Amino acid sequence: MGDTPSRLADAFPADRAALITYLMAGYPDRATSLASLRAAAGAGADVIELGVPYGDPLADGPVIAEAAKVAREQSGGFGLAESIALAAEFIGPDEAGAMPPVVLMTYLNPMMRFGLPGAADEMRRAGVAGVIVPDMPPEAARAWLTVSSGIDTVFLAAPTSTDERLAVVAGASGGFVYCVSSTGVTGERAEIASGLGELVGRIRAHTALPVAVGFGVSTPEQAAEVARIADGVIVGSAIVKRQRDAAAVAELVGELRSAVGGGEA
Amino acid sequence: MSDVLLPSAELAYSAPDAAGFYGPYGGTFVPETVVPALAELAAAYEQALADPAFTEEFAYLLRDYVGRPSPLYRADRLAEAVGLGAVYLKREDLNHTGAHKVNNTIGQCLLARRMGKKRVIAETGAGQHGVATATIAALMGMECAIFMGTEDIRRQALNVYKMRLLGAEVIPVADGTGTLADAVTAALRHWVERVEDTFYVIGSALGPHPYPRMVRDFQSVIGTEALAQLEEKGVGHLDAVIACIGGGSNAIGTFYPFLSALPADQRPLLVGAEAAGLGLESGRHGAALTKGSPGVLHGFYSYLLQDDAGNPLEAYSISAGLDYPGVGPEHSYLKDEGLVRYEGVTDAEALAAFALLTRTEGIIPAIESSHALALLPRLAAELGSEAVVMVTVSGRGDKDMDIVREAGLGG
Ligand SMILES: Cc1ncc(COP(=O)(O)O)c(C=O)c1O
Repeated sequence: MGDTPSRLADAFPADRAALITYLMAGYPDRATSLASLRAAAGAGADVIELGVPYGDPLADGPVIAEAAKVAREQSGGFGLAESIALAAEFIGPDEAGAMPPVVLMTYLNPMMRFGLPGAADEMRRAGVAGVIVPDMPPEAARAWLTVSSGIDTVFLAAPTSTDERLAVVAGASGGFVYCVSSTGVTGERAEIASGLGELVGRIRAHTALPVAVGFGVSTPEQAAEVARIADGVIVGSAIVKRQRDAAAVAELVGELRSAVGGGEA
Repeated sequence: MSDVLLPSAELAYSAPDAAGFYGPYGGTFVPETVVPALAELAAAYEQALADPAFTEEFAYLLRDYVGRPSPLYRADRLAEAVGLGAVYLKREDLNHTGAHKVNNTIGQCLLARRMGKKRVIAETGAGQHGVATATIAALMGMECAIFMGTEDIRRQALNVYKMRLLGAEVIPVADGTGTLADAVTAALRHWVERVEDTFYVIGSALGPHPYPRMVRDFQSVIGTEALAQLEEKGVGHLDAVIACIGGGSNAIGTFYPFLSALPADQRPLLVGAEAAGLGLESGRHGAALTKGSPGVLHGFYSYLLQDDAGNPLEAYSISAGLDYPGVGPEHSYLKDEGLVRYEGVTDAEALAAFALLTRTEGIIPAIESSHALALLPRLAAELGSEAVVMVTVSGRGDKDMDIVREAGLGG
């Protein structure tokens, strides 16, 4: 998929690791989540990963699961349609404009319920650059990939993936490859998994796309450590925890951005 | 045994395909972390099926440990009370541990051992699958952890105690409604973290491929025995076969041999009883097939109770074992193909059937199984007073004493 232009791939700077910040759409309410998105962008996030609230977040730890619950339970509910609309407002009319590209992180069933072609249309209209669907491995993505042109589908590689599977995952991915740092769900971890460098190397053997690492990266120190290994650093739970307060989001994102920039800037 | 487990080539009914799809249903919709483990499991299962050492040990444990074959009992006083010609009860309630669940648990734990795993986890609703898994883990000397919703822990205190006695750790799940669906999610999350040393023993014919097929195959001993027992007893004609549907394992284990061994025109009417809870129109039920729509939950595509945004809805049933918003994928396929009929049974109807079997036959059924029994009067009205019907009594009711007492049965 390397030939088609990709706003996601282009958002990875040549001289340092990219910072990808995960925020939960609609948490704790729409306005506050929009303010936090703008705060993250303003503080130097290179890519925004926007979580879609869902009722059975199988791949997520307690912080993100709780945020999804709060977002969904506000009056009128908050799901895929509302998340895409929020993304549209954040991105603004000029998608090549000032805001970093948005990749939606949604579970598969909200997309299926919406209708895959309709979901793709809405995402394109909103200017969404890509999707990450944690319960849709490449083999399960055929129907989606036939309707999703113009939207990068980022697949996940895991420490348990065999080389054979890494080839499938990397070959199917668009934008970047999402490397899951350790087995388990999203959430903060005390340490970065020891085999991470090797895993990133194994993924790189199968693709020219950037490789970004997520799950368990929460502190600037950890971000700096991952930035030395991978092309991108994904931080979720630590940001979502501060999402009620845009200023706190800006502060953490600023620190993370300095950390991934290292001393090289 | 291998005859049962290996589908023969000339069968008209051949689902699932190699990727685990039953028509559009089933499949593998899970995080990448467990995809390799599922592929490994599918391969190990195929190898095990072809290995007589595996199928013979499975058959041996079913016979000498579980006490199979379970009897096929002609319940004459019940038949008279509901107005049918004859009613045959397939007595899974007489199995060691008190339900059909152990058939599957033995199969999966044997497979776990074969794969070198020393730790098993399971989810449980009514506690029957948890008890069955804890039992076989004790038998095989494996470490065992059971995920159970806090509401179910309250409803099924006796089974919680049994699991702990057997040496299992019971992990309370307070998320959501604290029922079966939440326990499945918690177990899947845990498996994603511990996949390298842990085998997930799923308790019903659901989950990602190859679980639905594997569980069906292990539970098919129910229907296979029944077919032989019917023949032995000279029951030449059977009008209908009934089983209750939680995730659908006792039902598919009952139905599958009828589907695969008999041509369509010789098959009895196959009927699945879903939990209609407080009524199909009440919004408080577990009737995924009757009231749901297709979607993905817990790693597979199937009928599902869901809202407009694709979130799973809360299920409700008096029966913890039927309190689940989804259903195994093969049942979705069988529904669409018109090969099995699915009907809702309310809490009140199930309680009445519970009381009826207890008083007419001296058999106290599980509240889950009572949902299947509740269809007997309806089938009598439909098929007439000469009709011959078989019901799978999936389990015994000891665990449900508090529930039926709370509901006011027995004074
Ligand atoms: C006695 C009994 N019957 C039925 C069920 C429902 O499960 P399934 O539909 O998989 O047979 C359960 C589940 O806990 C059970 O304990």
